[in-house]
Amino acid sequence: MAAADTAVAKPPRAGLRVPLGGEALTRGVSLTWLSVIVLIPIAAVVSRSLDEGFAEFWAAISEPEAWAAIKLTVISSLIVVAINAVMGTLIAWVLVRDEFRGKGVVNSLIDLPFALPTIVAGLTLLALYGSDSPIGVEAAYTKVAVVLALLFVTLPFVVRAVQPVLMEIDEEMEEAAASLGAPNHRIFRSIILPNLTPAVIAGCALAFARAIGEFGSLVLLTGNIPFDTQVASVYIFGRIESDNVTGAAAVSVLLLAISVAILFALNLFGRWRSRHERG
Amino acid sequence: MSEADARVLRGGSRVGTRSVWGRWGLRGVALFYLAALLIVPVGMIFYEAFKDGLGPPIEAITSPDGLHAFWLTLVCVGIAVPLNTVFGVITAIVLVRHRFRGKAVVNSLIDLPFAISPVVIGLALILIYGQDGWVGGTLEEWGIQVIFSTPGMVLATIFVSLPFVVREVMPVLQEIGTDQEQAAETLGASRWQTFWRVTLPAIRWGVAYGVVLATARALGEFGAVSVVSGKISGQTETLPLFVENEYTNFNLAGAYAAAILLAILALIVLFSMNLLRRNPEVEEGAAVFDPAATNVTEKEA
Amino acid sequence: MDKPKGIEVSNVTKRFGSFVALDDVSIDVPAGGLTALLGPSGSGKSTLLRVIAGLEQPDEGTVVISGEDTTAVRVQDRNVGFVFQHYAAFKHMTVFDNVAFGLRIRGEGNGKIRERVGQLIELVHLQGFEKRFPNQLSGGQRQRMALARALAVEPKVLLLDEPFGALDAKVRQELRTWLRRLHDEVHVTTIFVTHDQEEAMEVAEQIVVMNDGRIEQSGGPRDLYEDPASEFVMSFVGPAHRLGDAWVRPHDVEIRHRPNGQTVEALIDRVVHLGFEVRVELTLADGEKFSVQLTREQVDELELGDGQIVFVRPRAARTFSVDGDRPREPEVV
Repeated sequence: MAAADTAVAKPPRAGLRVPLGGEALTRGVSLTWLSVIVLIPIAAVVSRSLDEGFAEFWAAISEPEAWAAIKLTVISSLIVVAINAVMGTLIAWVLVRDEFRGKGVVNSLIDLPFALPTIVAGLTLLALYGSDSPIGVEAAYTKVAVVLALLFVTLPFVVRAVQPVLMEIDEEMEEAAASLGAPNHRIFRSIILPNLTPAVIAGCALAFARAIGEFGSLVLLTGNIPFDTQVASVYIFGRIESDNVTGAAAVSVLLLAISVAILFALNLFGRWRSRHERG
Repeated sequence: MSEADARVLRGGSRVGTRSVWGRWGLRGVALFYLAALLIVPVGMIFYEAFKDGLGPPIEAITSPDGLHAFWLTLVCVGIAVPLNTVFGVITAIVLVRHRFRGKAVVNSLIDLPFAISPVVIGLALILIYGQDGWVGGTLEEWGIQVIFSTPGMVLATIFVSLPFVVREVMPVLQEIGTDQEQAAETLGASRWQTFWRVTLPAIRWGVAYGVVLATARALGEFGAVSVVSGKISGQTETLPLFVENEYTNFNLAGAYAAAILLAILALIVLFSMNLLRRNPEVEEGAAVFDPAATNVTEKEA
Repeated sequence: MDKPKGIEVSNVTKRFGSFVALDDVSIDVPAGGLTALLGPSGSGKSTLLRVIAGLEQPDEGTVVISGEDTTAVRVQDRNVGFVFQHYAAFKHMTVFDNVAFGLRIRGEGNGKIRERVGQLIELVHLQGFEKRFPNQLSGGQRQRMALARALAVEPKVLLLDEPFGALDAKVRQELRTWLRRLHDEVHVTTIFVTHDQEEAMEVAEQIVVMNDGRIEQSGGPRDLYEDPASEFVMSFVGPAHRLGDAWVRPHDVEIRHRPNGQTVEALIDRVVHLGFEVRVELTLADGEKFSVQLTREQVDELELGDGQIVFVRPRAARTFSVDGDRPREPEVV
């Protein structure tokens, strides 16, 4: 056998060949589906936003109402992410480390924002915090409503990101720290938290990407008042309805760019971590 | 049994847990937060819907518009989910088992529906299939109307529910490896037989979980379908659009009735998710899509 | 002068739900000694170790360390060094930070920390690895780091829970020798848990044999081997076979070609040559399998081969009364 062959042992050819006439065909089918459904439509948005030139693109974004909407969206999303970082970790902690009756039910409920249509989410918050609020908290049609709705829809992200990591943490590390004299809060700070941080970051990134694009839960709850409680997605909707397609496309591309950048960074972070796996 | 097993059964020593008081405090905060944000609001709409009895909501939902909305929702979901299941399984196999350049791009495409605002999705579809769209004009000449009509809504639903089956099946495929498939082939199974008899059964719980998630997403889609449909009552409204329409027209009974229906469907979804999660093959984390799980370029089977 | 006291465990019982892990257990570990807790899986040895450490609270009984009743004292305050089977390395910290952890908790100054950590890293032969992360170390290196970490705070007691269980046979062997030498240098009261009787015999001065949550016997390696108190101890601490209702060690048996009134008939199944020793596998008249250990010379002299009928005679046998109490006087023939 030639030296070259034995020098680098190649992993076994792992091709489950899907029986539809060959690998190339299945790959083709897959890529076609993705292109038609996802790639081409998105390309259309990007293309359209630049249809009238870069100057128009810029004008569309910096138009006062648009800019107000974008600012509100980004700031609210950041606030929501910050709250989620804390509350999400706390909830994950309680779900993993605490025991109480009904814990299983509570655990399932965390996924409710995934399963519930966003419009219904908005309606439920309106029922409790709207103008006839039974508890006297009338947050509808204010900026608080934006934060409230976003908190609802982003609830599961940090919780579900942290839970598995918390469950996997080597209990013996905590015992070792205790045997070395570390009090409980120190164990949390020095041992548990550092191991949770990557998961919290991942959850926050996903939550942020979701928050800036949120629409359904906000339409009813915020009143969509321009310059006040109108978020970027609602603004885009307005532009579509009033046939200002360039404006809509431009702001869309901006939102898209932010999301993609976040997810790309997250992906890089994930790869960096698995390369430097502190296993 | 081993001592370690006994410890686990009893709940571990958990040196890092706080004092009893601290634990109650944390638990209280968590439960209060969940109650205020989630549980009470959802409970409220059930209350609001039924506070005048069973009559009004049933009447509202069985109105012609209500029934049509229900029907349209079923059509969208009934087309989108099976298609995404088939293509999802194929795509998962391609990503996990095949080697080719550009996997990162494909992975990003699959994740895109997670990252885009629904309104942008609607806009994108209009730009392609609308009157002045890339193919819209041509399609209209052939008498096919996509925007402001059912096909558009179906496309929007497909878009938003696309990633779920793929993302659930991929880790399962990686987990089981190719050993079983290779064994089948050495025993004489053809590619199709291997796929049908070995691969598919092995990934079925991943597929099931993905289908449940995709269905939930498809049922609940609002923004994209909103943009694409024109919201024409009785013709291009799905249940979520119906909810909004009823509310803005002050038909609270109708809005709440439809909302209840959707909420009940959501609870059924939650219940199914819970059941399926018991299965060790189901990747819980994939629901929140773990970027590390998509690093398929490095972990080729 | 009063001899410094070691560890006194008195009447400790520990239950996990309905499972009784420790049943009225009492042992005395001499100060500065090296003791092994030996037993099969589920015998309670790890639980006992953890009770001593304070990682588990006993349901009944007391633990006294160096004269102080520590039964109610938290693990943080007991000043015990604990080494885990799977290292429990702080995987997000460097080797240096791992070893320094206990010192940092105590608020020691950076200079003192650097000095002490340096000493320990030298002691465990991990010089040059200070900035590495645990996942960049081999199993043996991780365990040495764990030992350094435990010793950093000068514990009164060093407790090791199957410390070499996760390592390769060769590394295990090296670390055993190394632990013995370390103990000679550092002289801290040490208890380690193992299910490997060879390990216990090789390393420990005192062995406590446990089974089913109870102490079977406690003593030096030789005492346990030659004077076992029960069937369990006899068969656990060394090879042993039944011959009728007596127990015999394979090397305490003679093989003859002719009976002499004290022998038992047997059929040779196989003669297995294991280098210097030879193991002769036999089946007795009642169907029981038996084996005898002989030297090459003995086997050659007797010209033993597969399929022969021979006669075996135990040179020393022990019988134990039914409830495993005091054994009857061994028959030495």
